Amino acid sequence: MDVEGEVPAAAAAAVMNGLGGAEEASAAPVSAEQLDVEAYAAQYSGRTRLARLLFIADRCGVEAMQLEALRMAYDEIKRGEDVQLHRDVAAKIGGRLGPRFGLDQAWVDTVTRRADQRKEKLENELNGYRTNLIKESIRMGYNDIGDFFYVHGQLSDAFKSYIRTRDYCTTSKHIVQMCMNVILVSIELGQYAHVSNYVSKAEQTPDSLDPIIVAKLKAAAGLANLETKKYKLAARKFVETGIELGNNYSEVIAPQDVAVYGALCALASFDRSDLKSKVIDNINFRNFLELVPEVRELVNDFYASRYGSCLGHLEKLKPNLLLDIHLHEHVETLYMDIRHKAIIQYTLPFISVDLNTMATAFKTSVTMLEKELAALITENKIQARIDSHNKILYARHADQRNATFQRVLQTGNDFERDVKSMLLRANLLKHDYIQKTSGSRKM
Amino acid sequence: MESLEALVAHIQGLSGSPEEVAHLHSLLKQADGDSLRAHAAALVPFLAHLSPETHSLGYLYLLEACATSGSNLSEFGGGDFLVTIAGFLTACSADQIRLAPDKFLNVCRVLKDQVMQLNMPIRGIAPLRTAVRKIQSSPEQLTPVHADYLLLCLLAKQYKAGLSILEDDIFEVDQPKDLFLYCYYGGMIYIGLKKFPKALELLHNAVTAPMSMLNAIAVEAYKKYVLVSLIVNGQVPSFPKYTSVSAQRSMKNHAQFYVELSTSYSNGRYTDLETFVQANSATFQSDNNLGLVKQVLSSMYKRNIQRLTQTYLTLSLEDIARSVQLETPRDAEMHVLRMIEDGEIHATINQKDGMVSFHEDPEQYKSVEMVEHIDSSIQRLTALSKKLASIDENMSCDPAYLMKTGRDRGRFDGRFDYDDYDSVPHKFF
Repeated sequence: MDVEGEVPAAAAAAVMNGLGGAEEASAAPVSAEQLDVEAYAAQYSGRTRLARLLFIADRCGVEAMQLEALRMAYDEIKRGEDVQLHRDVAAKIGGRLGPRFGLDQAWVDTVTRRADQRKEKLENELNGYRTNLIKESIRMGYNDIGDFFYVHGQLSDAFKSYIRTRDYCTTSKHIVQMCMNVILVSIELGQYAHVSNYVSKAEQTPDSLDPIIVAKLKAAAGLANLETKKYKLAARKFVETGIELGNNYSEVIAPQDVAVYGALCALASFDRSDLKSKVIDNINFRNFLELVPEVRELVNDFYASRYGSCLGHLEKLKPNLLLDIHLHEHVETLYMDIRHKAIIQYTLPFISVDLNTMATAFKTSVTMLEKELAALITENKIQARIDSHNKILYARHADQRNATFQRVLQTGNDFERDVKSMLLRANLLKHDYIQKTSGSRKM
Repeated sequence: MESLEALVAHIQGLSGSPEEVAHLHSLLKQADGDSLRAHAAALVPFLAHLSPETHSLGYLYLLEACATSGSNLSEFGGGDFLVTIAGFLTACSADQIRLAPDKFLNVCRVLKDQVMQLNMPIRGIAPLRTAVRKIQSSPEQLTPVHADYLLLCLLAKQYKAGLSILEDDIFEVDQPKDLFLYCYYGGMIYIGLKKFPKALELLHNAVTAPMSMLNAIAVEAYKKYVLVSLIVNGQVPSFPKYTSVSAQRSMKNHAQFYVELSTSYSNGRYTDLETFVQANSATFQSDNNLGLVKQVLSSMYKRNIQRLTQTYLTLSLEDIARSVQLETPRDAEMHVLRMIEDGEIHATINQKDGMVSFHEDPEQYKSVEMVEHIDSSIQRLTALSKKLASIDENMSCDPAYLMKTGRDRGRFDGRFDYDDYDSVPHKFF
């Protein structure tokens, strides 16, 4: 990437001012010196690259990284034709990168004029096609208009145009193309219900699909499930994604992301046998995991009960994950789930566990651990009791016989109560009594 | 209109056998009315001639005429009239008075009003209790006297006296208002005796009874229902499906503070609850529910401590105090001690270490008492299901029911079920 003269000076000045002066972003103060913005952005193309760069700029809290991200975004936008994004980025930069990275009004005007001209041309063509009633040309016309809107950042109009092509699709290839376009726009709009919808539509086409397309669809479905918090389904979809995906879907997701999302969701939601069969022994998914060795280590550690190192890996990954547009709001939940699973798995084989050893294994203090265990016991996820005096956790197996007796007596009481009140009500209704407003007869 | 003397002579003469009594009844009905009441003052000495047991019916008519005559009853020999009524109620013959139930009810009502006026509710308890038994055609029937009786028990704070009436299950109701009052007062009596589960049952019946429009008794019952629910279960269940529509819609609006109280309770923070109660204590006081609300407060501690027994085997008093939001470990110790004495938890306090050890419920369900308890429950429940089955059978023979289902099914059903159509007259074919 070309770097102008002023920029390093400005960046260096920012460095001099001290990276510590980080403006805290809303959720987490992220110290993400490890993330190489350039390499990260290079994995993606199209609008998702821009979205991710802007997201990083908003969230990272480190001025140097922020400026770098904004700079790259600016250049990228200049290559495209989205005027609104250009304005946004220029506003965000706010002149910190020098005069070259300001609002370029001339460019905006040229692009807008060109866009209007093209739009008129496309619409005229489309009207022509419509009067001629040639299905194929109408379809291509709508498609072109959809592409045009997409490039210009008018996503909902793009969505509508792509949907319109549906009526004019003749072969399954057309249908698949339409579905892929709709999925792309829906992901960006955040309407994941549509994504799931169109993924299943595409999968139902009678012709067999290109394996790359299949992989793309699986990845998109996984993404939709992740965003709607269905972690188990998301994990299943991600681990089924074929390695053919490669870099072909870079306008949405990179293969490293598939690995990370899949592994985290699987850890949080799969049980032990599923984890082994679907993730660790899964040759296909192993290819993905090779791309992110840290995550592979993580999964193996979890399975081998090395919870300390597993949780350590997770903590290291956390800052970068918080900068990911799809994952950031789920990081906390997933981490909580994984931690809870680790604790439950740890206590499962034992009759009694010394809380001190457990605390060192999980790298936390005994009091914190006790609180977490108490919460898990209350939610009935661990069958145990805490001996707070000696700091031991005792497994507790409910006495089935006593429990059954209790339940039986309780059921008897409930039955008696309910039947009696039911007979009473039946009697009232039988005499067809209508309660008039008897006023207040309070004594 | 015969003269009074003649009437009295009839009464004395015709109270022998059931046919005579029936004849007397018709005579009395003729003689009844305002004219009899007009002579109320003169009737009293005649009462002395009649005996309440043998001449119950006649006595009743005359007594009722005096009682409802509207004149000041204290004129009739002072408080003695009360004694007269009381004596009659205790001594009268059940068969005879059942011929004129509304008169009997009037007399009971007058008795109740009198004792309330005199501010001596306790005097009315014994007579009314016998009255209840006498007018009931079966122990399962509810009469207006029930409600009055329970009211007097409440006012006199004789809760145990009310228990004997409350223990009967009610299945037949003539007047819905009686039911509401009965359930409401009954609930209050059980609350007074601290038998909260039974109170909950009665109040639940009051709240979920069929009603086309909301009535004030149900609203008051609902307020208490919310409070008792919190004490017993820690939460207020939502309205079951069979609650009437009008109740579901508007009940909560009338009991706004109580609903807020229950949400505050479910948050589990004692201090919030306490501030809420203090802020609104005037409202609770005006509803006479302040005592109950205070019990709700203390039940919150109990519930939190009980939750701890599920999670810990031993816990220090400081930790208990901290997690239940009590001030000092001393308070925690007092609470735990009280709960152990009440039998609500099983634990031992080790004062040396300041530790509490929680134990499992020692009930092993192996003792003779437990077996007897289970056995009696089984018998009770079998009897109940037999009753349910018989009511169902009766209903399915009911012509109105058959007409309705027959009409829905259409005249010509696929399979002619002769058993079903047997009791239906042929004109319906």
